[in-house]
Amino acid sequence: MTIPDDLLYTESHEWIKREGDNIRVGITDHAQSELTDVVYVELPKVDRQVNAKEATAVVESVKAASDIFAPAKGTVVEVNKTLEADPGLINREPYGQGWIFVLKINNADELKQLKDVEAYRAQIS
Amino acid sequence: MPVQYTSIVREHQTVRNDVGIFDISHMGQLIADGSGAGEWLNTMLTNNVDKLDVGVGQYTFLLNERGGIIDDLIVYRIGEQRYLLVVNAARADEDFSWLQNHLKEGRSQERTSGGLETVAPCKLINRSADFGGVAVQGPRIAELFHALFGENANLPSRNTITDFPFSGTTVSVARTGYTGEDGIEVFFCATDAVKFWNAVLDKGKQLGIKPCGLGARDTLRLEMCYPLNGSDLSAERNPIEAGLGFFVDLTKPNFIGRDVLLNTKDAGPREKLVPFRMKEKGPPPRPHYTVFRDGERIGEVTSGTLSPSLNWGIGMAYVSSAHAKNGAEIEIEIRGQKFAATVEKKPLYRKPAP
Repeated sequence: MTIPDDLLYTESHEWIKREGDNIRVGITDHAQSELTDVVYVELPKVDRQVNAKEATAVVESVKAASDIFAPAKGTVVEVNKTLEADPGLINREPYGQGWIFVLKINNADELKQLKDVEAYRAQIS
Repeated sequence: MPVQYTSIVREHQTVRNDVGIFDISHMGQLIADGSGAGEWLNTMLTNNVDKLDVGVGQYTFLLNERGGIIDDLIVYRIGEQRYLLVVNAARADEDFSWLQNHLKEGRSQERTSGGLETVAPCKLINRSADFGGVAVQGPRIAELFHALFGENANLPSRNTITDFPFSGTTVSVARTGYTGEDGIEVFFCATDAVKFWNAVLDKGKQLGIKPCGLGARDTLRLEMCYPLNGSDLSAERNPIEAGLGFFVDLTKPNFIGRDVLLNTKDAGPREKLVPFRMKEKGPPPRPHYTVFRDGERIGEVTSGTLSPSLNWGIGMAYVSSAHAKNGAEIEIEIRGQKFAATVEKKPLYRKPAP
């Protein structure tokens, strides 16, 4: 199970990549392997404002629909439209082409509450 | 049985294209035995056990007094006076107590009317803990069956059950399943479970066998519109509403729930279980989503998924009978948004002609 050490993580299995004032969000390798066979992704609208832990996207596998939560308060500035045609990217490249949305965050201090690689590895092991 | 071993979609395709094995050891097995067993079962179950020759099984329902479904099951006649009931895991204990209580009641009633000698004996045994089972399903089943039981063994015909010697023990092989593919269900002593499971995987290796989980079992059965108790069937629904009247013999003079079913049949059910298919590619339907027509709420989804064979959203829903017609246009509400769907005929998936 891959857990890159340059990312942050949430308890609900999102990964977070800092990009200046923005964060890029996806789901972890562990999460995609638990869900398997992602068949549909519902993306948020660009410019939508979300609070931390607000359900922002939906990833559906054959078995179930799962909410993807905003790791911090912010505004959606970019969504991965490629997933609409190829939701399986989340399974194949969870940390790469399978990213889900980018948030412009209000307060970078909120990220301090997220897990680092060690904390996340401990959670899933 | 886990939800999946590797991937629901891959396990599903394996069963459609080659052959897969499911651990069904969780299912319950009850045995009714005695010269009165057949007559008594006919008062407890909807289908007619008199139609069964020895070695033949039938799909049937166990109903409550309101006609609601306690369980759906297969009853096999495994001897002149001996029947095997294969029931849902979650219902096995409830089924057993329900049947046991009625068996006792029947005896005490006869006793008070002074006619004890007229009661043909029947005893009921819960063997659920003693048996293990696997379902082996897929178009390559015949090859696998012969690899397991020898070239001269005869694959039982559909809905029949036969005992076969296997590696120092005996197993019961039924030509039944829950996937829409050709296949068998095999029952054996719980202590032989690992041995048999491993033998099937070993002999099936060259046929591309995979262990398959509950997830694939659910998508396979839903493509065929086979109902799942607890989702599509419940104590609040009767077999007529569920569109399964074929497995109810209303010509039998007496069985629990019969009066209610006769009324439902005469008056017509208020709601019916129908298969449906989404009109556009989009989010898959899920249980408990609301069904609309022209803005009016007409029902609720009981099963829904993305069909791995069709790569398309499918499901089953109870809808008001006025709209329970093939081709009816309905809408499924998914996270506040309505998506168009069409009522279809069973099954939702048909194998392409070879």
